[in-house]
Amino acid sequence: MPTIIFTQASGEMTNLSVPEGTSLMRAAVTNGIEGIVGECGGQAMCATCHVFVRPEFAAQLPPLSEDEDEMLDCTTAERTETSRLGCQIKMSAALDHIVVDVPADGF
Amino acid sequence: MESRTAADHVLIIGAGQAGVQVADSLRTAGHTGAITLLNDEDAVPYQRPPLSKDYLCADSLAAPLPLRGPEFFTQHDITVLPSAATAVDTAARKVTLTDGTIVEYTHLVFATGAANRALPCPGADLEGVHGLRTLWDAENLQQALSTAQRVVVIGAGFIGLEFAAAARARGLQVTVLEFASRPMGRALSATAADWFTTKHTQDGITLRLNEGVAAIRSAGLGLRVQSTTGAHYDADLVLYGVGVLPRTALAQAAGLRVDNGIVVDSSLRTTVDGVFAVGDCASFPHPNTGARTRIESVQNATDHGRHVARMITGESGSYSETPWFWSMQGPTRLQIAGISSPADEPVVLGNPDSGKFSIALLRDGVLSAVESVNSAADHIAARRLVGQGIKLTPQELCAPGFSLKALAKAEVSLPA
Repeated sequence: MPTIIFTQASGEMTNLSVPEGTSLMRAAVTNGIEGIVGECGGQAMCATCHVFVRPEFAAQLPPLSEDEDEMLDCTTAERTETSRLGCQIKMSAALDHIVVDVPADGF
Repeated sequence: MESRTAADHVLIIGAGQAGVQVADSLRTAGHTGAITLLNDEDAVPYQRPPLSKDYLCADSLAAPLPLRGPEFFTQHDITVLPSAATAVDTAARKVTLTDGTIVEYTHLVFATGAANRALPCPGADLEGVHGLRTLWDAENLQQALSTAQRVVVIGAGFIGLEFAAAARARGLQVTVLEFASRPMGRALSATAADWFTTKHTQDGITLRLNEGVAAIRSAGLGLRVQSTTGAHYDADLVLYGVGVLPRTALAQAAGLRVDNGIVVDSSLRTTVDGVFAVGDCASFPHPNTGARTRIESVQNATDHGRHVARMITGESGSYSETPWFWSMQGPTRLQIAGISSPADEPVVLGNPDSGKFSIALLRDGVLSAVESVNSAADHIAARRLVGQGIKLTPQELCAPGFSLKALAKAEVSLPA
């Protein structure tokens, strides 16, 4: 199972191994990663699963859809070039050991 | 941890989206007293919206999405009791639980939610006839869908159409019966509703409008649904989604005022001191019109929850969040900001034939709601614009180069 490494602003890191196809949001919410809420249940409707994906994984990520792009404009923490919605990234072997930063001032 | 007295115990009846939010926000707001959540469902608190969407896909992971992680409640010292309340004595500030235990409270929050309106026809209780509200319902449906071929959906509301689209995507034959002349008539303008009728029909769903259900009978191994026009439809699976009723019996028995929901004031306090109501079960004054409003949505549940937590921890103020909603029907994203009324003037933004457009609703020249189809940018802008008393004309809305996004940037200096 591929592993996700969630990093908090405090430096605290959590490694989660999840079945392929699991979204970053579902992995985070199911395991209680602080700062990721997933209020809409994974439909890119609420922008409460905002994460920053380390640039070295950018090439492996699915492309940003127009919907996700628009929703990223209303995240609580300011959007950057590495911003994604966790619900739109499904884990695969190619993303094994992906490192994502959780915004400090999420919900 | 400070020592506890009965003077700081918040008891929350219901562990759905609203109840859990109250508990969470109380801790965020610095409440140090005891918090008890009564959970009357046989599952850890979970998210309902995916149950009629992702959960029904053939390739779904089919695992419920929890509202909070496994350690959340213990970490935040929130006691979750697997129990319902059977009686409330507001004078003595005591609640009786299912097992007879009596719990004292300082503040009581009704977050009892809603229950499906029953199907009012013969045969509604036959095997193969399903409602969809709880995780249990969704698990049963997931099972039934794996063998069904013909599905009849009764009611073309959000739940009915989300389910119909999911069943259709699995290749099933789907017929939807709706007694009104349009789908989602209670929530959507006629223009948007008509667009959905066309879209679902193109996707292969048979949408029968002006046609309700008269009876359901067993027929061979399956079911036969007889409609109000005398037609009948054979099915292996019937799903009904004909609205919900707020769960108010306990509140009513406790002497709270109930009128299509537990009546609360603008700060979400009930008619009894120390008692609040939040989410689907609460009837509150609309921030703009003052009209009694009851909303079934995640946004309403969580924003009510946050507000009541602030009230309990000593703040004051009126609840004034702009309501917003969403629905996923197959590949179509519907997002609504504000609450329209049938008399509002609709103005189409964009081209519906492109599958991407919004409808702005004007009430006396003021923007009252925006319905967006596959147009997230319009919706996000609308959440900031609706409820601000912004005056617009159809001409302004239709002018070349106009966008809600640009207007939101110009009108609202502070982000919502």
